[in-house]
Amino acid sequence: MRTEGTTSRMRREVHDTALATEPSKSAVRGPGQRPTTTRTVLRGSGLLLLCTLLFLLVLLSIWVGTKGTSAAQVWHALWRDDGSYTTDVVRQLRLPRTLVGLLVGAALGVAGALMQTLTRNPLADPGLLGVNAGASAAVVFAIGVFGLGDFIGLVWFSFLGAAAAAVAVYALGASGRAGPTPMRLTLAGAAVSAGLGGIIAGLTVFDAATYDYLRFWMVGSLAGRKPELVLDLAPFVLAGLLGALLLARSLNSIALGDELGKGLGVHINRTRGLTVAVVTVLCGTATAAAGPIGFVSLVVPLVSRWLAGPDLRWNLPYCMVLAPVLVLGADTVGRVVLPEGELEVGAVTALVGAPVFIAMVRRRRGSAL
Amino acid sequence: MGARVPARSVSARVGRWSLRVHRRTALLSASALLAAGALLAVSLCTGSYPVAPSAVLRALFHGTGDRLAVHFVNQERLPQALLAILVGGALGMSGAVFQNLSRNPLASPDVIGFNSGAATGAILVLVLGGGAAPVAVGAIGGGLVAATVVFLLANSGGLHGVRLILIGLGVTAMLGSVNSYLLTRSSLHDAQNAHIWLIGTLNGRSWGAVQTIAVALAVLLPATLLLGRQLRILEMGDELAQGLGVRVNLTRIALTVLGVGLCGVAVASAGPVPFIALAAPQIALMLSRSPGVSMLSAGAMGAALLSGAHLFSGQAMGWFAAIGLVGEQQQDSQLPVGVTTAVLGGAYLAWALFRRRRSTQG
Repeated sequence: MRTEGTTSRMRREVHDTALATEPSKSAVRGPGQRPTTTRTVLRGSGLLLLCTLLFLLVLLSIWVGTKGTSAAQVWHALWRDDGSYTTDVVRQLRLPRTLVGLLVGAALGVAGALMQTLTRNPLADPGLLGVNAGASAAVVFAIGVFGLGDFIGLVWFSFLGAAAAAVAVYALGASGRAGPTPMRLTLAGAAVSAGLGGIIAGLTVFDAATYDYLRFWMVGSLAGRKPELVLDLAPFVLAGLLGALLLARSLNSIALGDELGKGLGVHINRTRGLTVAVVTVLCGTATAAAGPIGFVSLVVPLVSRWLAGPDLRWNLPYCMVLAPVLVLGADTVGRVVLPEGELEVGAVTALVGAPVFIAMVRRRRGSAL
Repeated sequence: MGARVPARSVSARVGRWSLRVHRRTALLSASALLAAGALLAVSLCTGSYPVAPSAVLRALFHGTGDRLAVHFVNQERLPQALLAILVGGALGMSGAVFQNLSRNPLASPDVIGFNSGAATGAILVLVLGGGAAPVAVGAIGGGLVAATVVFLLANSGGLHGVRLILIGLGVTAMLGSVNSYLLTRSSLHDAQNAHIWLIGTLNGRSWGAVQTIAVALAVLLPATLLLGRQLRILEMGDELAQGLGVRVNLTRIALTVLGVGLCGVAVASAGPVPFIALAAPQIALMLSRSPGVSMLSAGAMGAALLSGAHLFSGQAMGWFAAIGLVGEQQQDSQLPVGVTTAVLGGAYLAWALFRRRRSTQG
């Protein structure tokens, strides 16, 4: 009891200060009141600006690579299949890779924002739900125990693993009388992740072949993703993003506290359950497709809250655009930064994201996050 | 948490130093240490080559008998079982230090980036082709550099708890990614070695490792126990502590250094064994029903926990082979102790949640 008390108090403090220093007050407004028009215009134009940036990054990501092709050639190849080598590279490699990056990024960013709101913890990460551990364990089982080798099969396996882990975490966290409180979910996630981590270690310690796959999977990469993967992923990610947007209003009310949320007519436990389901779909898909890419789902919601304020109806769209900007930017940089070979996107996001995060913590004197 | 047992305590006085110990805490510490000793005795007899207790005694005290038995008991099982006790004790105490300092029951040395820095150091040395001793040095070096960086980054304007944790998190994430990257760029053999080190293992350790950690603990242990008392005063709040004559910042820094030192020697000897630093203080707290985490009982509990995990890990592969979970050829290999403690850690947290289910504070 002492455990729960002190930690949740600490987390609450973090959260409270985060809200207190936020320039925007829109989350504190009742649901009927509208934010002022100037703010709406500002936020809208900011979003538009970010969309333009994302569009440019998509083009850049399709263009930049180890094979020197001119921008005109690439543009041409996008629109007409003339059977040339450039067309093949663009259509079979660059375009799928970029689209996977786009989907994975949007999914991770939104999943992070939902997770931080759900647990009332600005440092929460979908990894806390055990998604990464579940996906890793499934990959290890698929290769080491069932001898599975084909990539799309592994994607499905890790998606199921992520979902199973999240369901276990939710069931464990929701088993109490109080329902799935933020603290219980966090602890349940830690429990499931720790147990799965031990099992993964036990299965890979004497099995070099499985470990060999795992170590490359763990970094998080977009390289070599096939066009079919895009079609497999898209429905899940789009459904998850839509679900997130539909939940935004209820989550806004819950963010004010359980009591107040209830008073505003929100079904608290149902909203939490649905949110966990959406996070699982989004994050499970992203992790299955690209491995556990760190930091995107932590840092993007922080930046987006800083730009758009805590109102999820604005925050989530910002995350949807900002996160792919980070992922595609990191992936593109990773392709050119080394004299030979590439740096995986997961490595770049952490190397870029962590210093940004630390700088923000320092600049804001540790309280605003 | 219900009515608290009135603090019954025993005190010991040596010159101007006195040590007051909560009675239940003292009892708990003694029984945990006894349990650790019993587990050590059992682990001397068991393994892929069982040795009868009488033969163990002969091997220990006279060095005679079956040559294989003498070798196993004196050169492998005894040093590794002792190491389990020492490493477990160091981890338990370091966990207690950090949980007290941050007033957060989930805090452990990982919070300040020590373990991930140690991992980076160890992987670098392993990839460059170093042996056991250089790896330990690399681990301590890497851990200290990471912890120092976290402190320097967090320290402008007072050692604020939340800020320290946030920056520790950032540095940990960054180093974790560096570690993953290094593992993909090394040969599979090196990566596999690093992987085993990262899980945490006592396998293959010998008397050299025991000597190193024993010497380090001879310094760190008494210092931590003595400063632990001041920690209890710090818990009452900085201003009150200052009023009682405690130099708050100095104590805090000294305790952090001790906590990092304890964790450092443990990681250097056995790798970053998970869960002990997190759970030992909490289990001790729960069993002793004392008002605060005590260094002594946390250390004793850590020693008992790791000894138990070590004993289980030595037997596990044989059992797994018997039920067909692993192949015959692996039944004589030893599971790294970190695998056992990680699974135990998950089970412990799940159990703690389940137990809390029925309580009113749910």
